Amino acid sequence: MEIFYDVLIDPFVQMVEAPDFLLQVLWEGLVSGVLYALIALGFVLIFKSSRIFNFAQGIMVVFAALTLVGLHENGVPAWLAVPLTLGVMYVLAVGVERVVLRPLVGQPDIILFMATIGVTLFLIGFGEFVFGGENKVMITEALGIPTGAFEFYPFDGFLLIEQKDLTAVIMAVLLVIALITFLNRSSMGRAIRALGDDHQAALSVGISLSTIWVIVWFIAGVIALATGVVWGARAGVSFALEVIAYKALPVLMLGGLESVAGAIVGGLAIGILEKLFEIYWGQPFLGGNTETWFAFILALLVLLFRPQGLFGERIIERV
Amino acid sequence: MLYRTSGQFKTSYESDQALFPVKQDAWLLMVILVAAYVVFPLTASEFTFKALLVPVLIYSLAAMGLNILTGFAGQLSLGTAGFMGVGAYACYKLTTIFPEMNVLVALALSGLFSAAVGVAFGLPSLRIKGFYLAIATLASQFFLVWLFEKWAWLYNYNASGAIEVRTMEFFGIVVTGPTASPVTQYYFVLAVVTIICFAMINLTRGRYGRMWKAVRDMDIAAELVGINLMRAKLTAFAVSSYVVGIAGALLVFFWKGAAEPNLFDIPLSFQILFIAIIGGLGSILGNFLGAILIVALPVVLNVLPETLGISINSATMEHVNDMIVGALIIMFLIVEPHGLARFWALIREKLIIWPYPH
Repeated sequence: MEIFYDVLIDPFVQMVEAPDFLLQVLWEGLVSGVLYALIALGFVLIFKSSRIFNFAQGIMVVFAALTLVGLHENGVPAWLAVPLTLGVMYVLAVGVERVVLRPLVGQPDIILFMATIGVTLFLIGFGEFVFGGENKVMITEALGIPTGAFEFYPFDGFLLIEQKDLTAVIMAVLLVIALITFLNRSSMGRAIRALGDDHQAALSVGISLSTIWVIVWFIAGVIALATGVVWGARAGVSFALEVIAYKALPVLMLGGLESVAGAIVGGLAIGILEKLFEIYWGQPFLGGNTETWFAFILALLVLLFRPQGLFGERIIERV
Repeated sequence: MLYRTSGQFKTSYESDQALFPVKQDAWLLMVILVAAYVVFPLTASEFTFKALLVPVLIYSLAAMGLNILTGFAGQLSLGTAGFMGVGAYACYKLTTIFPEMNVLVALALSGLFSAAVGVAFGLPSLRIKGFYLAIATLASQFFLVWLFEKWAWLYNYNASGAIEVRTMEFFGIVVTGPTASPVTQYYFVLAVVTIICFAMINLTRGRYGRMWKAVRDMDIAAELVGINLMRAKLTAFAVSSYVVGIAGALLVFFWKGAAEPNLFDIPLSFQILFIAIIGGLGSILGNFLGAILIVALPVVLNVLPETLGISINSATMEHVNDMIVGALIIMFLIVEPHGLARFWALIREKLIIWPYPH
């Protein structure tokens, strides 16, 4: 019986007894959740508009961050390095569309998926070849991101909120608002959504597939840069960042592959829940480091009840 | 000319459905088998065994397992390396708990463990399809690798956390461990691969193979014509994981000699997926062609600059390697999305009707 108490009740007692620590855990979870949501957004945008499961999104994050840091290291000032990096991401978008997507139009999904893994491999090699494989430090200060920390004292306890984390959250919120406005208000955004609804119909009213694809990949690149900057500020810039890209996958499962709202809700939910599980159950009972798989198992369980994810389009199949 | 099929008449359904309806195919296979069993062992150097022949065989076997699942039954899986790990760790535990056990028996039994794990992680496939399923199989990948790290019983509480293969004999001949000669290891792996390959070719031609293909092409339609979806999908997961598990055990016992949990991390899964896709989904031959390309390419790229007299440091070479492999994958997908096996099928067709164009 003791084991039941330890697993089922004691963690909650701990949460109530130390609410300040719980808040700290929730905040940490929220921050990583925001980053997962950002990566998942990049996936969702590309999947919605082209039915391509873009595995390279994670590596685009690393590549964007590496390019930014690499440019700065070679003497380019920060205010110039950012637009230059965006330029590189645009070139990448055009390149991917021209070289990879255009010849593969109409192929089965799995072939396009493999092609994006090919892009991933190429970008890893290219990034390491140009900028070197060693770990780099994000140019936090040069970009004007504050590095201090706020201290709060809720419930007679102690809560530390790092300013760069706060910046990350604010930046993510602004980015999401901008993106949603763009998708809903601008004609380009409407074209993207039309393409997501029905390829043939969108083409027949004169929407250019290749232009939209370039734009969507470019937006995914911009999101990748933003993610790379904030995540790089937390963990340094190296190809180890690639693993966070895998964390975006359960987010997609949970939220649904086509849903912008799903990516955000799923990202936050997974970020917070996996942190809670790791601190209160994973470390005491399972030897820690459960963050590598918890999100997947959680998403798997949800999917057993809702096979299209929480917000995904209902799957209707006909013979 | 060499592939002329005229004069080879089929008078019954059996002879039309035979393993080699065209005689030349059988001859070609004989030539390949003679090369593999006689010519290579006589001519190859130790480096060739270690760096090319044995890895190609093991990777083809793993890709064959994946191909059963993805190519024949249509269930995309990204968790291959995790199942390979289950096979390897199961074989390791079996040989430590029962030291007297024959290596071949241990190998065959360890496949059963990975098959069981495969079925457990295959259960979601009854509800989930397509990319959702692919991500779901990643759950097994990450969970299993975490388990290999944290469950100390699996690696006999070693301080290093790695498993190390001890010297074992197969009917008096040393086959594993540091003292085993590469040639005997090569023969052992080759024999195992030949047996499984033969079994798989026939399995995919038979009742189960047709069931899987029906499910792959359209599962609802397959269900409507009376195929039990659960049985079809779960048998595909079981057979696939069995083969993949044996490949994992071979990888550790007959090639690497030792393994850490991160050997079975996601890059290995992708490498095997690449082999299956570049070789050709839904083909047995393709796995071998794909493995030859993916395994041999890095080796060739490493050796090439030296033989050309250009000196490039190895780190740069590795990065260039990644780039070239990535670019080649994209190129292959564009040129022939159905893989190298389709290439061969086209060539064979051309040879049969040569010199006429149609």
